[in-house]
Amino acid sequence: MGITFRKETFRDDFTFRNSPEHIRRFPFPFHEDSYMYAVNIEPHVVGPKGSVLQNLIDVDEHYVAEMQDRALVLAEDPLRCQSLPHMTLAGWDLLELLMEQQALAYPEHFTLARDGDRWRWINRPLGIDDSFTFGDVSTLPYGPMEYITRQSQGDFCILDQRDGNLWMDAGMVTTQADWSLDFDIGMNFFEWHAPVPLAHEKGIFVRALKFLTNIQQGKPARRLNWTMTINPRLDTSPENYHKWGPDRATVTPENVGDKVHLRVELQSFWRLPRSNAIVFPIRCYLIKMDELVMQPKWARRLHRVIRDLPEELATYKGLTRYRATLVEWLSKLDDGSATSPGFGPD
Amino acid sequence: MSTGTTKLDVIVSDVVPVNELVTRFHFRRRDGELLPTFSGGAHVVVEMRDGERTRLNPYSLMGSPLDTREYTISVRRDDAGRGGSLFMHRQVRPGTEMVVSYPVNLFSLDLRARKHLMLAGGIGITPFMAQTAQLAAEGGNFELHYTCRTASLGTYADLLKERYDRRVRLYHDDRDERVDLDRLLSSQPLGTHLYVCGPSGMIGWVRERAAALGWPPETVHFEHFAAPQPGAPFDVTLALSDKTISVDEQQSLLEAIEAAGVDPPYLCRGGVCGQCETNVISHDGKFIHNDHWLSEEDHRSGCKIMPCVSRFEGRSLVLER
Repeated sequence: MGITFRKETFRDDFTFRNSPEHIRRFPFPFHEDSYMYAVNIEPHVVGPKGSVLQNLIDVDEHYVAEMQDRALVLAEDPLRCQSLPHMTLAGWDLLELLMEQQALAYPEHFTLARDGDRWRWINRPLGIDDSFTFGDVSTLPYGPMEYITRQSQGDFCILDQRDGNLWMDAGMVTTQADWSLDFDIGMNFFEWHAPVPLAHEKGIFVRALKFLTNIQQGKPARRLNWTMTINPRLDTSPENYHKWGPDRATVTPENVGDKVHLRVELQSFWRLPRSNAIVFPIRCYLIKMDELVMQPKWARRLHRVIRDLPEELATYKGLTRYRATLVEWLSKLDDGSATSPGFGPD
Repeated sequence: MSTGTTKLDVIVSDVVPVNELVTRFHFRRRDGELLPTFSGGAHVVVEMRDGERTRLNPYSLMGSPLDTREYTISVRRDDAGRGGSLFMHRQVRPGTEMVVSYPVNLFSLDLRARKHLMLAGGIGITPFMAQTAQLAAEGGNFELHYTCRTASLGTYADLLKERYDRRVRLYHDDRDERVDLDRLLSSQPLGTHLYVCGPSGMIGWVRERAAALGWPPETVHFEHFAAPQPGAPFDVTLALSDKTISVDEQQSLLEAIEAAGVDPPYLCRGGVCGQCETNVISHDGKFIHNDHWLSEEDHRSGCKIMPCVSRFEGRSLVLER
């Protein structure tokens, strides 16, 4: 049975919602009642049926609406998609990876037929049926990375590996938590992570880089990251700060449940075979507080995490303006009882 | 073995003697599927099951990355080595079933380069076989300077000349032909990257001259062929796993640790990637460090060892494994 794609928006009237099944499969990121940075990287292997890890590249009910939102962002600001000249080969690597994974996991929605370098790609949800020559950019309407990432949920950064470092040399970034590809393009791993507080002191980035530069073909890895967003807005970019920044002042005790969203990023890391680059998909999942607290364990735990979050992290994640209101609202759902270990609902 | 890279079950599809020292091996997947795509400069670790002993040696993939029906490696016979190359030459036949790792690339092209200048010595030619094939298919700009002992030992020299003609320059030791290195390095266009693979002395020489002539370090790429060397046997205590093991003459320390059922992570097995770095808890004796990963300070401190290539002589060695 195929996915029923929702008609919804991530701007203006904000009609984005999760279905009951999608609330249950939400990748809740806290395995205990507190949060601190750690190198929480694990092998990206297939997880339980019905979870967002059932397939290594997840397609869900928001797919069509997210792709429409991406097209709107790109029409206003083409620099959200950039690829330095030496990254075209990595773009082909990514196109192959995403077409293969999506066709394998969702045959009712995507079909890939390969005959040598003559490829045919059918994307039924978006009404696309294109034949092209793999490796020949003139046979696609966009460069290979842009072509396939206009058809794949999540942001994608392609990191060139050289001199023992990783370089942000290509990407499609339209659903980001307040960072800019146009600003970061060409930077290395330490440069683009410079604004993150506390983690440098803990030596986290040195260890993370060592791990990432050793990622092997056929052995992807993943981690979860999180922040919060007011209104279900995918495009919370620095470029559009004037559109979403003021939203943070609109949170009241009455509208917390509808306006405040937990934003979880499923980040994965894959070695690309031809280019030896790393692709870093950042898949964003949103859930509003009213939906999240339907799982009592998540409500209790989120209350404790947000209440006890170190000040630097709350500031970095942009929670300061509405943190007290949110904690007060969540506290009513926390009876103080113990929470079971692990991420899942009870 | 749970560590290292994902494995591929392969069958030897062909064995081709290339010259008196070098033999080429072709591998296909046993299930008939295509092999994973790779990038020029990548190697695979070949598992050699020789009776009771298992050796794992890295070899550069030398076929075209565009053809994934088979992987090819070239093995130079080393009569004084630990026996891995002799095993390949004497025991491996078409039809032999073997296991190789997924490709790993620790010597990749810098795709920003306006020109790729390659210097090969002896069997160090193999990664360049794949890199030149990759670049030629993309219209890339490269030039290869290849030094061999004699014309008859110039592995693939004829093939490279035939494929790339003037982009390949050959030098024969027995005819006293030498790369005019300073001149070569001084006459390259801006944006050139330099790649060198061959004997240690050659790599050191090229790096030293490149530095002296003002090449930025990030434009100089090299791959050491640090095959583990045989040596006197020694005993080691693995403190975490509470085992005492013996490393025999033909075994690397890493292989002996693995044979005892302990699996440190690894990628290159040649002393460059850093994965199997191991802390020394105590020692009474002398280290024989053969790696290119640890700093000189680390070597002097006696606190760390790379068990893939380094050895020990003395009364006792206790490792944090």
